[in-house]
Amino acid sequence: MPLFRAEAADALITRPLDAMTLIYQRRSGITHMVAEPIPEILSAMGSEAVTAKLLVARLAKNFDLGPQKQAEAIVADRLQELADLGLVEQVGSPDA
Amino acid sequence: MKDGRLLVTALRDPASTAALDADGWIALLTMARAEQLIGTLAFRLEGQPMPDGIAAIFEDARTNADYQRKTALWEADAARRALASYQGKVVQMKGTAYVAEDLQAGIGRSIGDLDIMVEEDDLREVEKLLLAAGWEWVKEDEYDDAYYRDHMHELPPLIHKTRDRMIDVHHTILPKTAKPTPDAKAMLGNGIIGSDGLAVFTPADMVCHSAAHLFADGDLAGGLRNLWDIYCLLMEFSRGSDSFHAELQSRAQHHQLEPAVSRAIRLTGHLYGDSKAPPNITDRFYIRRLTARNGCGQQTRKFTRFAFYVRSHLLRMPPMMLAKHLWTKWRKG
Amino acid sequence: MHEFRVTVGPASFRLLSQWARPLDQMRALYADYPTPEIVDYTVRLEATSLLRRFIRPSAAINGDYMLPDAAPLPADQGLLGLEMGMNLQMALGWRRQMILHASAVERDGKALIMTGESGSGKSTLSALLGINGWRFMGDEFALIDPASGEAVPYPRLISLKNEAIAAMQESAQEAKFGPLMKGTPKGDIRHMVPPREAIAKMTERAKPVLLLFPRFGHEGAIRDMPPSETFMRLTQASTNYVALGEAGFEAMTKFVQDVPARAVDYRSGEEAMELVEKLWEELS
Repeated sequence: MPLFRAEAADALITRPLDAMTLIYQRRSGITHMVAEPIPEILSAMGSEAVTAKLLVARLAKNFDLGPQKQAEAIVADRLQELADLGLVEQVGSPDA
Repeated sequence: MKDGRLLVTALRDPASTAALDADGWIALLTMARAEQLIGTLAFRLEGQPMPDGIAAIFEDARTNADYQRKTALWEADAARRALASYQGKVVQMKGTAYVAEDLQAGIGRSIGDLDIMVEEDDLREVEKLLLAAGWEWVKEDEYDDAYYRDHMHELPPLIHKTRDRMIDVHHTILPKTAKPTPDAKAMLGNGIIGSDGLAVFTPADMVCHSAAHLFADGDLAGGLRNLWDIYCLLMEFSRGSDSFHAELQSRAQHHQLEPAVSRAIRLTGHLYGDSKAPPNITDRFYIRRLTARNGCGQQTRKFTRFAFYVRSHLLRMPPMMLAKHLWTKWRKG
Repeated sequence: MHEFRVTVGPASFRLLSQWARPLDQMRALYADYPTPEIVDYTVRLEATSLLRRFIRPSAAINGDYMLPDAAPLPADQGLLGLEMGMNLQMALGWRRQMILHASAVERDGKALIMTGESGSGKSTLSALLGINGWRFMGDEFALIDPASGEAVPYPRLISLKNEAIAAMQESAQEAKFGPLMKGTPKGDIRHMVPPREAIAKMTERAKPVLLLFPRFGHEGAIRDMPPSETFMRLTQASTNYVALGEAGFEAMTKFVQDVPARAVDYRSGEEAMELVEKLWEELS
């Protein structure tokens, strides 16, 4: 399972507007408009490298995520999308 | 001063601008914009006395240069992420390299496309990875495509579909049809890898590349900016190392770029440095071309420009190939 | 080259032309505007070739900032070319305020901003309001100061198109109009000089309190717009949001959080003005 690391917290400005949240990335100057669970995922990632599995375990404490396997698949997809945008970076995969 | 020497003088000696009246300032700004040197000039003249209206324009230019710098670095980073699985070396070139290395040449510089260089044999792999990461061909045209691949020194340009930014992937530094044939493999091989995994050329190769680019690969349009790059690189690298000039001579010879590098050194001395010796006849011709710009922003001295245009096409392509190239273009209208 | 300099709101221009006529027209229309010593931008109107200066003259629009594929105009539309050139300099060069492609009017020190695609009627609507008790601030660009959030006026000549020309000539009979240019790339165009008050007060800023997205040709209706949709639309309507970086992000976020936004559909100028007055009253 791949490992991802988020941008440092002070590298992003996060502004909830309504159902959507704005994220301004200082390094790229790009503004992203995202819906849940993206802000929740980013804040649960903290500063260390995490897998989708670990993230689901963290998020489950505060949210009702449904069946574990399904939640892991959803979170893994979102992480890949965030990596494509450059908001998180894949830093390796422990099982590779 | 009615030509580009007004701009050259302001860059060489910022304090000289104290003598400018309103129209002098306007001429200077207009030239600097036309030569893509407005950001460079804005940083160079920071702290000099000037009218408020001029200071506000330079403030805009600095804001814009910060944006260009940030965007250039982010594009390079996007390419790095896209090519994470590629084992070979990826060299950042030109403006992106200058800002990545925090070089003086990068301060305020306008930066357009991202230029990178990889091993020729790996072009297919790199192309595939970039296409998978969201870049796409700017235009699907078989003729242009084949032309690029056969004769030029880069892949046809790719553009990123969401960020709308272009990338040029080079495998050599001059078109295959050009007469000097710099040792691109060695330039790439010696490239210095930074902490982020992307590489830049060694200082001497950086100057060689910039000089080759200025004289052999264009009609000298935008030449004042390229020459400013070279001036900054020479100053900074020779301050940093006593052996730099010897190293530069030896690399220039190796790359068959000795004439280009020598001319660049002489011209930077004449225009931006403190060279007192009068320029030789050919250098005078280059200086006339480089400074062919008036205070309205127009290019002047059409005849000199035309001579350089023909020359630059001949340098890139042997005559028969040029004729074939133009014929195909004419037929397509 | 012939030359004319003019200040519009916070920006100053040097207009250069190979033909005297377009500049004479500009001089007449901009007669009440200040003449600057220092200019922010240069716009040039040049013959596409030496021959084209005299035979079926064709004018290329050049300047500090240019579009590579900008098509030339017939020289008798030079006035339009100069106006387009001035707009382009602002759109590509200006960094002192955030630029919104929007019109703006002011009353009681507060600004109403109207944005939308061309054809939405934002320009005509601002001109109409400008002769009906509001101060006209601009029909093309609303400049938002990042530090204060205030709108900075940019009252250039009002550009009227097609049916709007006759309508405005009817409503604003004292106003000064430029030459009628038929068959431009955008149809018929005629410029109108903004009301005297708009020019006299072109350095007086105003706090935006209402943002409208007018849409012409639909039955009268008003719809609330959530901040996220407003944000999305305004970033698309801004020529320098991205280039302003973090300052732009802060200015835009503050704007969509502070200024209520409504989409307004209308079928006639009278209907639009009624809807505007109604909304204005509700909010104040």
